[in-house]
Amino acid sequence: MLDISNLHVSIDNKPILRGIDLTVKAGEVHAVMGPNGSGKSTLALVLAGRDNYAVTAGEVRYLGHDLLTLSPEERAREGVFLAFQYPVEIPGVANIYLLKAALNAQRLHRGEAELDAVDFLALVRDKLKFMGMDEALLYRPVNQGFSGGEKKRNEILQMAVMEPRLAILDETDSGLDIDALKVVADGIENMRSPQRALILVTHYQRLLNYIVPDRVHVLSQGRIALSGGPELALELEHRGYGWVDAGKDSRTGVMP
Amino acid sequence: MGNFNLEEFIGQDYQQGFFTTLDSDTVPSGLNEDVVRLISAKKNEPEFMREWRLKAYRHWLTLSEPRWSTVQYPPIDYQNICYYSAPRSSKDGPKSLDEVDPELLRTYEKLGVPLKERELLAGVAVDAVFDSVSVATTFKKKLAGLGIIFCSFSEAVQEHTELVRQYLGSVVPYTDNYFATLNSAVFSDGSFCYIPPGVRCPMELSTYFRINAKNTGQFERTLIIADKGSYVSYLEGCTAPMRDENQLHAAVVELIALEDAQIKYATVQNWYPGDKHGKGGIYNFVTKRGDCRGANSKISWTQVETGSAITWKYPSVILQGDNAVGEFRSVALTNHYQQADTGTKMLHLGRNTRSTIISKGISAGHGHNAYRGLVKVAKSAAGARNYTQCDSLLLGDKCAAHTFPYIVVKNPTARVEHEATTSRIGEDQLFYCQSRGIAAEDAVTMIVNGFCKEVFKELPMEFAVEAQKLLGVSLEGSIG
Repeated sequence: MLDISNLHVSIDNKPILRGIDLTVKAGEVHAVMGPNGSGKSTLALVLAGRDNYAVTAGEVRYLGHDLLTLSPEERAREGVFLAFQYPVEIPGVANIYLLKAALNAQRLHRGEAELDAVDFLALVRDKLKFMGMDEALLYRPVNQGFSGGEKKRNEILQMAVMEPRLAILDETDSGLDIDALKVVADGIENMRSPQRALILVTHYQRLLNYIVPDRVHVLSQGRIALSGGPELALELEHRGYGWVDAGKDSRTGVMP
Repeated sequence: MGNFNLEEFIGQDYQQGFFTTLDSDTVPSGLNEDVVRLISAKKNEPEFMREWRLKAYRHWLTLSEPRWSTVQYPPIDYQNICYYSAPRSSKDGPKSLDEVDPELLRTYEKLGVPLKERELLAGVAVDAVFDSVSVATTFKKKLAGLGIIFCSFSEAVQEHTELVRQYLGSVVPYTDNYFATLNSAVFSDGSFCYIPPGVRCPMELSTYFRINAKNTGQFERTLIIADKGSYVSYLEGCTAPMRDENQLHAAVVELIALEDAQIKYATVQNWYPGDKHGKGGIYNFVTKRGDCRGANSKISWTQVETGSAITWKYPSVILQGDNAVGEFRSVALTNHYQQADTGTKMLHLGRNTRSTIISKGISAGHGHNAYRGLVKVAKSAAGARNYTQCDSLLLGDKCAAHTFPYIVVKNPTARVEHEATTSRIGEDQLFYCQSRGIAAEDAVTMIVNGFCKEVFKELPMEFAVEAQKLLGVSLEGSIG
């Protein structure tokens, strides 16, 4: 589904990603871990199409197409979804309005009829319930006045409504208490399907207690320093990121 | 990457710029007492009217143009302006829409104001002011049955002389300010409305202004009187064709609300703003003021200002009656080289008077947007309250927003609140919407409309739709 090869990305001429190779197949869940500043969020944002990053080399293929030539909205309509680390507030725009506009933009792109308010509400109510969210949240301005947990849940709600083929979740677990983490993790786990690929970008392994990934990758200094199975996340938890440092010696890790 | 260019996106063209070829009955340009007399004579006005105009003209000669606002423009040559222009075909006065110049009707259709359709479907009585003379007034009969007078100002001068004599200049005297004084001398036409005691006007009354002839300043004058316990909602829309030269527009609107009466006045102003480089466009110097003369009266101004090269306008309310309520809600958008200096004055004189000010300024391109407001609480206004909120939204990094709130409080029991914010349409907001599949153009419109929501919700339904469209058009090619 997703093929990243030799991806180099800079911001203001400062290299952030320095040759990423990553392949994610449909049905797989990959965790991308790493210390602060290792380039995790950059990778997530570049995949979603944020334009203040410059791709200096490499290529990203998504379902056989060149992903990097598509605008952010085209990517979204083609089934790429990014759950934001810091969801953005939009005053005066009702949450449900954004959700409906988003889903209908995608449906139009696929040649499907737009959903009317009634059908849309029925669909959203279902997902809302699963996320343990209050319906009142639909009518509040997008993310404005939301608690940290509400914001993250709202991202998962959007994902559930959009039903993407490739979802990238950027530190969706950060800033959540244990109960909220459980709800959000259930929401993500519920999206797991043979047709869908998930990339979990996370700093901690605690989310991975709920969602066991197929593969774990450790980013360090803009490269994937280490890849492994779910046990790699546990090992990182014990030993810290210090022992995987691409700059010193990236070959000391255990390759299962 | 499919980059979105904000600069390009906000650089769209004016869509109302077409020019109608009509025979005009035009007075040569220039201003002197003879021109004032000529205008008055053409309109067959009674003596008091002519004298009032002349007094205004003589006073105007003693004044100089105001220079206290933020707007900047080259000197206006008042001798190079034509002060009267009427479509010739309306000389004899159309008796019905059928008699209206079909070219004119097509103009309205292009503007999206098909009189006939409005008449049939929307139940809006339109008093259309086209280059200074009202060409069609609809629904008169139905309104007349209720005792409501809704006609052109010229007609009111002839048919309702005493009402005009009693109220004209009672809110904005001819000495008020440079532009209002000029208007008093040369005003060509406008709308007149009187709602008798206890009557609730059953439909939105509407006027559509349009500047057409070359080098004509439009000086219309509107007078609305809501008698005791009555209610009226009034809509005003404006557009103008594209021209290289700047055209002057100096209107005066006077509202009078007697005891327990309520007037809602909504404006959607889309005069030609000039081109991308700031060439041409309307200079809009307007004096609008309402007088809550009776106890428990209420006047609300709602304005959406997307046009004009220069907007200089401060719809105000004099809160004389006890418990009177004044409201001002504004969305002002400046793009390219447009300048807006707009706001309101709330003058609290009566006891327990209340006022609310919500101002939303949006600046894009090289646009300059200033909110200027005065809240004045007189000694007599015990228990007066005001709430003011001024929000500015910036698109791009070459535009500017300013806020000038003046507050004068002479009564210790008054409560005055002021809040102001300035924000920028963030790349983050845009990217967030885009990453949900929403096109950048639609995202900007969505974000701007969200920003203006508090004002739009006060507009009558169809006007709210028009306002949203206008914002969309002013910011881009179409709305999503």
